[in-house]
Amino acid sequence: MIAIYTLWLREVKKYFRSKSRMIGSLGQPLLFLVAFGFGLSSVFQKAGEGNYIQFLVPGIISMSILFTAIFSGIDVIWDRQFGFLKETLVAPVPRWQIMLGRTLGGATVAVIQGMLVFLLSFFAGFRLTNFSLLLPAAIFMFLVALLFAAVGLSIASLLKDMQGFQMIMNFMVMPIFFLSGALFPMNDLPKILEVIVKFNPLTYGVDGIRGCLGGTITFGLMPDFAILFISVVFLISLGGYLFSKIQI
Amino acid sequence: MDNIIEVKNLVKKYGDFTAVDGIDFSVERGTVFSFLGPNGAGKTTTIKMLTTLLDPTFGEILINGFNPVKDEDKARKSFGIVFQDQSLDEDLTAYENLDMHGMLYGIKKSERIKRIKNLLNFVELWERKDELVKNFSGGMKRRLEIARGFMHHPKILFLDEPTTGLDPQTRNHIWNYLKKMNKEEGTTIFLTTHYLEEAEKVSNKIAIIDHGKIIAQGKPEELEKQTNTNSLEEAFLALTGEKIREEKADNLAGMRRHHGHR
Repeated sequence: MIAIYTLWLREVKKYFRSKSRMIGSLGQPLLFLVAFGFGLSSVFQKAGEGNYIQFLVPGIISMSILFTAIFSGIDVIWDRQFGFLKETLVAPVPRWQIMLGRTLGGATVAVIQGMLVFLLSFFAGFRLTNFSLLLPAAIFMFLVALLFAAVGLSIASLLKDMQGFQMIMNFMVMPIFFLSGALFPMNDLPKILEVIVKFNPLTYGVDGIRGCLGGTITFGLMPDFAILFISVVFLISLGGYLFSKIQI
Repeated sequence: MDNIIEVKNLVKKYGDFTAVDGIDFSVERGTVFSFLGPNGAGKTTTIKMLTTLLDPTFGEILINGFNPVKDEDKARKSFGIVFQDQSLDEDLTAYENLDMHGMLYGIKKSERIKRIKNLLNFVELWERKDELVKNFSGGMKRRLEIARGFMHHPKILFLDEPTTGLDPQTRNHIWNYLKKMNKEEGTTIFLTTHYLEEAEKVSNKIAIIDHGKIIAQGKPEELEKQTNTNSLEEAFLALTGEKIREEKADNLAGMRRHHGHR
């Protein structure tokens, strides 16, 4: 177990040490919050959907968790290129523990990042209605973070260098974000889009976080939780397996 | 004397290419063994198989009595390794690098504190223990890596070109540590290097590999006698020829080291 803790600690230490990374990765979510939040607010209101900022903030929190988690996973590619990965691979510790430690570390960092966005959103006019659901909201955030940290690590265990990075960004991370209900409500979507959105695990994270933070909920907290939980278990198992197969 | 490393008919194939082609050798406990060969001869591939980073296509390996494929964690506990390319975490301090290594190897906190202090003093980095590794020079990083390799008191220390690119002072320093550890702790040393005079001085036994096959092995003086030469360098050239070898893509990581980091 100490190996899991060691790798968790490494991720968290490195995060708090790199202030530029912390601040830098707040830029994009805040831009989205301001541009979409204020830009589409009146259209949203006129369509009878209520306050757009209230709707959007959980989506932007999910976005920053998604990005931070996936990239902390993909960081393993840097470790492979700059050697440190080997140091962990020859350690007398089952590889799945190495993977799990990093997943937990990356997820912790992503949740902190999501919380920062959450706090900043109050300046954009976001209001919390029900404080008792704050803890469940944090649990949903952590599940989303675990899920995508595990996705990032699984991908990284298969890649040798950063060449495929742009492809992952354009064909995976962006679609996961845009097709998750983070930016728009789920009702009356074209059929194809609806199917895609329902296959996207982030959809249930966004839905759960939004439900807890006082917005409309589409699927219900329990179904959201169950789907996320199963996805997390599956991806951590997959990542652990892929890690045990890494050959250098 | 018993053998701490036993290798029998070891083969590694990548598709059609045979990187290691049926090698046999053994290393006696407590000795210094040098594994020499031109670039791309199969040295690093062999080390990777011995250290559980790569599965062999064929053949048997015993590390301290353990099979690195089946009993990987027991095999891993038996050795320390200083990789050809740097493997420190540059965003952590020297102290943290050693501490995390100790944690991964299951060393208790009180023991870690003691060993880190000893080792950092030993490699003369104690004063700079709280500095980030990215601010260290190449020689300091190497010394730190060697200290890390000794953290868990391994029975075998693999050194893959440990002194490449270092000045004679630092090399001399590093060899003093290594010889001391070999004497005091009885650590078996498995070395690859291109500095043949270094290998000649320190090795009890040498194996020369070329094109994936071991072409000669024995004591340095036996190799010289066998080839009718006066030094290991001459013996090496007599055995492997004068032709310059192309480096394989496999060595990219090593090349990157020379191009600096992110």
